[in-house]
Amino acid sequence: MKKAINILVSLIMVAGLVSCNNDGNKRGNKGQGGLAGNAAEKVYVAPGEHDEFYAFVSGGFSGQLAVYGLPSGRLFKVIPVFSQDPEKAYGYNEESKPMLETSYGFVPWGDAHHPDISQTNGELDGRWVFINENNTPRIARIDLTTFETAEILEVPNSAGNHSSSFVTENTEYVVAGTRFSVPIPQRDMPIKDYKGNFKGALSFISVAPETGRMAIKFQLLMPGFDYDLSHPGRDKSHGWFFFTTYNTEEANSLLEVNASQNDKDFIAAVNWKKIEEYVNNGGGTKVPAKYAHNVYSDETHSATSTIMDEVLTVNPLDVPGAIFFLPTPKSPHGCDVDPTGEYIVGNGKLSADLTVHSFTKMLAAIENKKFDGEAYGIPILKFEDVLAGTVKQAGLGPLHTEFDDKGNAYTSFFISSEVVKWKLGSWEVEDRQPVFYSVGHVMIPGGNSRKPFGKYLLSMNKITKDRYLPTGPEVTQSAQLFDISGDKMELLLDFPTIGEPHYAAGIPADIVAKNSKQIFKLSENKHPYATITDGDAKVERKGNEVHIYMTMIRSHFNPDNIEGVKVGDKVFFHVTNHEQDYDVPHGISMIGANTSELLIMPGQTETFIWEPKLPGVWPFYCTDFCSALHQEMQGYVRVSPAGSGTELKWSLGED
Amino acid sequence: MKTIIKSLFVLGVLLVFSACKNEPKNEATGTVLESTENSNAETAKQGQAFIENDESKPNVLQIAIGSSDHTTLVAAVKAAGLENSLVNAGPLMVFAPTNAAFDALPAGTVENLLKPENKDQLASILKNHVTPGNYSKEFLKKFKKLGQAGGESISVEVKGEDVYVGGAKILASIPAGNGIVHVVDKVILPVN
Repeated sequence: MKKAINILVSLIMVAGLVSCNNDGNKRGNKGQGGLAGNAAEKVYVAPGEHDEFYAFVSGGFSGQLAVYGLPSGRLFKVIPVFSQDPEKAYGYNEESKPMLETSYGFVPWGDAHHPDISQTNGELDGRWVFINENNTPRIARIDLTTFETAEILEVPNSAGNHSSSFVTENTEYVVAGTRFSVPIPQRDMPIKDYKGNFKGALSFISVAPETGRMAIKFQLLMPGFDYDLSHPGRDKSHGWFFFTTYNTEEANSLLEVNASQNDKDFIAAVNWKKIEEYVNNGGGTKVPAKYAHNVYSDETHSATSTIMDEVLTVNPLDVPGAIFFLPTPKSPHGCDVDPTGEYIVGNGKLSADLTVHSFTKMLAAIENKKFDGEAYGIPILKFEDVLAGTVKQAGLGPLHTEFDDKGNAYTSFFISSEVVKWKLGSWEVEDRQPVFYSVGHVMIPGGNSRKPFGKYLLSMNKITKDRYLPTGPEVTQSAQLFDISGDKMELLLDFPTIGEPHYAAGIPADIVAKNSKQIFKLSENKHPYATITDGDAKVERKGNEVHIYMTMIRSHFNPDNIEGVKVGDKVFFHVTNHEQDYDVPHGISMIGANTSELLIMPGQTETFIWEPKLPGVWPFYCTDFCSALHQEMQGYVRVSPAGSGTELKWSLGED
Repeated sequence: MKTIIKSLFVLGVLLVFSACKNEPKNEATGTVLESTENSNAETAKQGQAFIENDESKPNVLQIAIGSSDHTTLVAAVKAAGLENSLVNAGPLMVFAPTNAAFDALPAGTVENLLKPENKDQLASILKNHVTPGNYSKEFLKKFKKLGQAGGESISVEVKGEDVYVGGAKILASIPAGNGIVHVVDKVILPVN
């Protein structure tokens, strides 16, 4: 032992000495910021120049979606989706409030998870981004001409809407799978009777090809496992969808122990084309279900919320040959399909290895009916029969894999806090880079499509600790950008993110930028309270409701003097921005208003409500620095006591 | 004699590390002198294991480093380059064999494992001592087996008041900021 310790001493001393002379060889090092080479040049986008890619990064618990440029990491916009946003009055103004309606009532916050960009022929088409809300199960569609949330569809019979919102090759469907199985329909029953009685709903939501309008086509009611993540087949496997499961033990308590008893859980392979055909031929059962469908119109600049009352369900056993289970080790998390559609990667989060299944082998095993038993009547394929390969000891805690266009895969490892590059087919690890710290998901633009753009990889990290200036106990979460164009990955940049950068989708900027709207045409404004010409500006009283039809243009409101409002009135400011010039929004804020202040784009109409509590003369003003005379953009409302005889009148520029 | 060697070892390591302290380092922003306060970590090392943090509850790695009964384990963790994995959010349950447990291995085993060419083998042995989870000794009695970070499972057996994992007896348990350290009396070798 003495000898051993001596050796230890020498070893460590050598290690220590070597480390002193090692500075020049380091990459991705703190302090040096990863600047071993010309990293700064690679992320520098000169003033006035544009980034090469858009990155749509989920805000996680913030409920929103952030838009960054790559490679610069510059934040362009936070798109409000599932949470109220005072910056844009989303969820505060009267027009957008219906977007946050659900079957549970108004839910003004959400947990955003996995954005995915619409595709045509398996390639990114840049029309829409879909994103799921986990807590109150919903799927949103963001329109990439306006970069605004255009539609939100609640998903009934789901709970913890996590294996969502991934799109098929031609955006035929956006798919939403439940993480938690629940009684379907919901009912009062003992929790301990979970096993065999709860169900997991996998929802296939059709997307109208022209409008993008969503509707639940069918819900597949699967055994009561947890459905974690999913991805559609690509190319040769188009028509299938793959879902990772855990808790195939169907435990209802202490899952950290009880859901890790089986050595293998499943990837569920669903032939959705077969089920679609069954449904199109009248298959399935309509069941009552209450869920909200919220749609925003760019014509009326307003959202509507409709409560739906039924949904079509499909029992897997009614469509034989459509669903199979692929055994996959250790509570797999990410379920990722390579660009050719041949390989299905299961990232077993409690495993050190990655399991890769072969689509071809899966089809052969199905053809030959080589089953290894069944679960609730669904055939289980033999692990060995579908296995394409294993990436051995790749790291600790694999979560998610994306792909480049050269046959490589990139997997995030949470516990060992690294991104590992490996080769499809040889299953050999080619490179590994530490991330700072604890990466969740990774993103390569187009990295889950048939056509990845394998230039950059974004690592989204849960923990930063000492990476930035401290800001008290809560510090920023972070993204790290790697250059993956060479044999080895190179860390280029750290940048902070909003909320939790849970997951992201990226796309070459030129696909999207050219379609971006600059203004809303005033002549096409169909808002019921729009004021299209200045002559139409007016104030109307309906009982105790006062409706102000107001316009705004640099640098005044019309009207800007209003009298005859009384304590106890409910005053609606319907404000139309008359600008038809790019990037000239106006804001409006009213002292004592408890609902919202507004930010209104050119050609748009928005509304807030003010309930004056005291007599007096109360000012309002423009909150967006719009022009040289922005400070002059203001007005007054005279409020008289309830029951007073003050005449209703309004004016602009009169004495 | 052993204690003396240990002290020597610690001293030696400190000397080596402190030798790095005052070297100028070429930072991204230009040449600056690294502050001596922050340079006690080995300069080649980076990651969460090397963050200065004296407010948080010690993590499993810090607990092992602070224990005079675990110098061999700590040396092995360093040789295998596993420091950063042990400071992760985890949660991590580490079964920490004592120096005596390593001493009980056949002569030459430890020396052999510490050779750079055996780094992977050493890492896989060490990973067989780590479970993703955080369970007290009492709570462990609920388990029949544990899935280890290295990929294998180890058994859990209860004998009277004692709990054995992979054949090793839990001697003591120390809760950590990112999990728990159970001190064990044997090295738990993987089957493969």
